[in-house]
Amino acid sequence: MPEKKLMQVHHLHRYYHQHHAVNDISLDLAKGEVLGLLGRNGAGKSTIMQMLTGNLAPSSGTIMINGVDLLEQPLLAKQALGYLPEAPPLYHDMRIIEFLSYCARLHDIEAAQVKPAVERVLARCDLEPMQQRLIGNLSKGYQQRVGIAQAIIHEPLVIILDEPTVGLDPIQLQSIRQLIKALAREHSVMLSTHILQEVEAVCDRVHIINEGKTVFNDTLIALKQHQENTSLDRIFSALVRTEEVL
Amino acid sequence: MNKITLIGLTEFKRLFNSPLAWSLLAILQFILAMMFLLLIDEFIAATQTENVGQEIAFGVTDIVVSRLYLWAGVMMLLVLPILTMRSFAQERLDKSLLLLTSSPLSFTQLVLGKYLALLLFILVVVAMVSLMPLSLFLGTTLDFGRVLSSALGLFLTLSSFAAAGLYISSLTAQPIIAAISTFGFLLLLVVLYLSGTSNTSNSELFIYLAHISHFFSFTDGLIHSHDLAYYVLFSLLFLILTVRRLDNQRLQG
Repeated sequence: MPEKKLMQVHHLHRYYHQHHAVNDISLDLAKGEVLGLLGRNGAGKSTIMQMLTGNLAPSSGTIMINGVDLLEQPLLAKQALGYLPEAPPLYHDMRIIEFLSYCARLHDIEAAQVKPAVERVLARCDLEPMQQRLIGNLSKGYQQRVGIAQAIIHEPLVIILDEPTVGLDPIQLQSIRQLIKALAREHSVMLSTHILQEVEAVCDRVHIINEGKTVFNDTLIALKQHQENTSLDRIFSALVRTEEVL
Repeated sequence: MNKITLIGLTEFKRLFNSPLAWSLLAILQFILAMMFLLLIDEFIAATQTENVGQEIAFGVTDIVVSRLYLWAGVMMLLVLPILTMRSFAQERLDKSLLLLTSSPLSFTQLVLGKYLALLLFILVVVAMVSLMPLSLFLGTTLDFGRVLSSALGLFLTLSSFAAAGLYISSLTAQPIIAAISTFGFLLLLVVLYLSGTSNTSNSELFIYLAHISHFFSFTDGLIHSHDLAYYVLFSLLFLILTVRRLDNQRLQG
């Protein structure tokens, strides 16, 4: 039985003037899956994520979120999306609790449901003791948590995280990874990273891109079965190098 | 609650989270109060004595109230660009604009929400400025209709400043550039008026394009529908341009 696909992306292209930044990317995301988008800096990861969240229009291609075309009905499709950009979009002059209530209202959560929704994400992201603090006074790790909290407050079907663990210390890194794994039980998660260990630690499937093109797309299990003695590390370097030779 | 009101109220409250709005209001009120005192002094010392025996005499509303509102307009020419630069340029720089553009709301809702926040701030300014002429009621009679029309004129002028500022703010990710360009643009309209009314190069078109010519009729106590239409069209034009600009950016990146 085929799993339900929450996100389907077909033949996505994006040009910046002459530069072909994203070249024929097709991907999908099933329910409860964690997909890692792996690539070097400048490979086009952020561009893809901006397109998937409706912040950038693709030059061509289709994006379906839970069966709704993001380009045709952006407002409806965005309701099913939670997005954490590379830099968490936070207002530094607001308190965590105010900010999250605002995010809840922006995502069409009814007035009566705002408080329980905020309490739920505060608990989930371990932010309860900090809830009255000003966001500007928080450490980077906590700001990242608030960023994740705003992305999941409306219980979206699809969560898109752009480099969620960049700049965190090893302990924060562990806790954010655990949070991502926990999220995957109820949501589908897509995250981008250039760190291989991260993919191995949290992802079910990996989609490697290089210079805007797909170079590898499979589950980690399949990958390990095929090439038992090879690490993802080797495959990644090999794939990226072959591309350069071609 | 509607999304426009939600964004408007939140942004308005955020202005007061930082010292920015408080200090702007305090400085504005202080300088305008000085102007107000100066104008009253002038009225008592000079105008009143000149008026004795004159057939056409200028009252306190002519000398003090109208000029105070004009000065408030001039001061806000400097202040509003500082507020409008926050709307988009600062948010882009802080990378927080993605919060709104990733939420299920249209660009029109987003722009109108931001505009609403500025309008609320402008209302506060107009109310605070109006306290000064209203205080004159304690000692004298005023042309109340003219005070009201001046206040309306100030509100409309400032809202059109805000619309222009919002558009310029949407063009860049550099708040300072947005503020300076907005200031330059608003000042240019004043220069258009000066050029339009000068003896050598007078031009009806230039006078029409400038805010200040329309503001004058309000401070004279005249509410013309063509002046109202000017402000509505001016603001509408820039709001539409802002929505288009944001959409264009999504397309072009």
